[in-house]
Amino acid sequence: MTNRSMPPISRRTLLTGAAGAATLAVAPGLRAPAIAQNAPLKVGLMLPYTGTYARLGKFIDDGFRLYVERKGGKLGGREIAFVQVDDESKPAAATDNMNRLVGREKVDVVVGTVHSGVAMAMVKVARDTGTLLIIPNAGANDATGPACAPNVFRSSFSNWQPNYPMGKVMFDAGHRNVATITWKYAAGIEQMVAFKEGFAKAGGNVVENLTLPFPEVEFQALITRIAQIKPDAVHAFFAGGGAVKFVKDYAAAGLDKSIPLYGAGFLTDGTLAAQGAAANGIKTTLHYADNLDNPANIAFLKAFKDKTGHVGDIYAVQGYDAAALLEVGMAAAGGDVKQRDKMIAAMGAAKIDSPRGPLSFNKAHNPIQNIYLREVRNGRNEMVAIAQKDVDDPARGCKLT
Amino acid sequence: MDLVTFGVQLLNAVQYGMVLFLVASGLTLVFGILGVINLAHGAFYMLGAYLAYWIATYTGSFALAMAGGVAIAFVVGLLLETVFIRRLYGRDHLAQVLLSFGLILSIDEAREILFGKDVHSVAPPAWLAGSFQLTDNLSYPVYRLAICAFCLVVAALIFLVVTRTRIGMIVRAGAENREMTRVLGIRFDVVNRYVFAVGIALAALGGIVVAPVSTVFPGMGDGMLILSFVVVVLGGIGSVAGAAIGALLIGLTDTFGKVFFPSVSSVLIYVLMAAVLLWRPNGILGRREV
Repeated sequence: MTNRSMPPISRRTLLTGAAGAATLAVAPGLRAPAIAQNAPLKVGLMLPYTGTYARLGKFIDDGFRLYVERKGGKLGGREIAFVQVDDESKPAAATDNMNRLVGREKVDVVVGTVHSGVAMAMVKVARDTGTLLIIPNAGANDATGPACAPNVFRSSFSNWQPNYPMGKVMFDAGHRNVATITWKYAAGIEQMVAFKEGFAKAGGNVVENLTLPFPEVEFQALITRIAQIKPDAVHAFFAGGGAVKFVKDYAAAGLDKSIPLYGAGFLTDGTLAAQGAAANGIKTTLHYADNLDNPANIAFLKAFKDKTGHVGDIYAVQGYDAAALLEVGMAAAGGDVKQRDKMIAAMGAAKIDSPRGPLSFNKAHNPIQNIYLREVRNGRNEMVAIAQKDVDDPARGCKLT
Repeated sequence: MDLVTFGVQLLNAVQYGMVLFLVASGLTLVFGILGVINLAHGAFYMLGAYLAYWIATYTGSFALAMAGGVAIAFVVGLLLETVFIRRLYGRDHLAQVLLSFGLILSIDEAREILFGKDVHSVAPPAWLAGSFQLTDNLSYPVYRLAICAFCLVVAALIFLVVTRTRIGMIVRAGAENREMTRVLGIRFDVVNRYVFAVGIALAALGGIVVAPVSTVFPGMGDGMLILSFVVVVLGGIGSVAGAAIGALLIGLTDTFGKVFFPSVSSVLIYVLMAAVLLWRPNGILGRREV
């Protein structure tokens, strides 16, 4: 339906356009020396501002801008200007959107995005054009795996990271036979493979992998199946509306009384208001917890609340840290993006005092961070313990050293 | 699979089928009688769920949410028919697809302005909030059974109206031969308006009834729209009884597909549709010419 044919472009329009483009390309070149020093650094925010992930995009955007505001509108001494693009979480339009930012808008840095399919298309363009890219959410292992590049950073997590430590947590809680349930798509599969790896290493056994097509929410058949096979516990990955419905259906079926539910943190993040009492007691692992009491988090939550009126969450933190990471690079390069190597080296070696705790980066530019075990209490994801300290992603397939 | 589990899965399948029927019945009425492809049907399903959330939050009463949501959807349906849909009768399907796709976008935007982007949930009425024990570790919410009963009542009502009343007779006559009905002096255009509004109200009703067991979130109508079309095509376009059969078949295929053939469960209902259409190209209860 969206593939409506356009009127054919005649040779004349094409020529006019090309001539115009050539003029435009030459004109700023004449003034280029003046721009390099005074013009603000152009940051392209390519995020979902509409659609299912709109709330996530907004929080990342707010987090990023909050950091810049707290630094007086400057990073590394240079003014920041924003160019916003709504990626609508549509992979099909991702390459065009990214090319527009890089080609037409000539941004210096791109920050994006939430959806992994869109992010992977952005990584490809970033690799081809050498544009600096910071991914503030999408967890596709490949982005800091086989597709890793010097100019691609991630301020969030890899799908592997929050799930692997859960294996040991569940084994230590006495669970030996566990069933997993998720949507059958790239992110769901990556998360479950990582959990299985961690659980098998601890000595546990995954008895059944239950899946349903993304983004279906009719769970009843699979919940009945769980009741039938009676595992010691269930590990689940769902997010957004699906997470709310699964948690409520699970509790409505009474399974929460006999078969404890665990999951990656996304199961209970940004969804607790809608899940209500059904989510109480669910334990999840993630690189953040709502009540982390380090000074950075307390200051961040207060500032975020003052700016937006909302309670900050992991998505806002990831946006905030993307700006912090960019600042490290800008400071090292004295505000001059032409000094790329200096910038990238400094960003790779960055040690950030993040609201989530200490944050550094591995050779593939994926975060090294604590993974917390949280439990839902009082409508919040409260920290129980550090599930594993300084979790590094294996970065399988990455050739960077 | 032991007999008890089989029974529970059967219950799941029937309950799912009932909900599908409730939503698809409105689509089959509009599609079959007016000849209008309404892609925005799923959007009205979502709108119904959001209205239920909104009214239930402010009044605390699910019954009010139900009555209010259906009434609002009905009025919106009347307005839309008067302003837009009536211009589409007899036009080619592309124009209808374009218009109703535009409606989807508008409704989504309106939802975003009115209700925001968050996920919400709706509490079922207190007297249906409990659950009962099915097996040693599995219980079943009373509300889900109530949905089954409610859908049966709605199905019976639709059936009675279509087969036993004067309005039903006009509707059937119009579906059979629009021009002849008009020539006979029956104000078919007025009936059209109400049929469309009832179709929209049924979609919204589906969203309202499902809201307490489902959740209310942007995009919840998209999957439902596709399933509704499958139900309608499977059952035979315009046939309410066919929609009921189609919905139950889909409920059964989906539920048992997920249990027995999890790796291919996503395509099973389409395989079913293809098989049925090979056997009966106009759907199970479809007439030759529609």
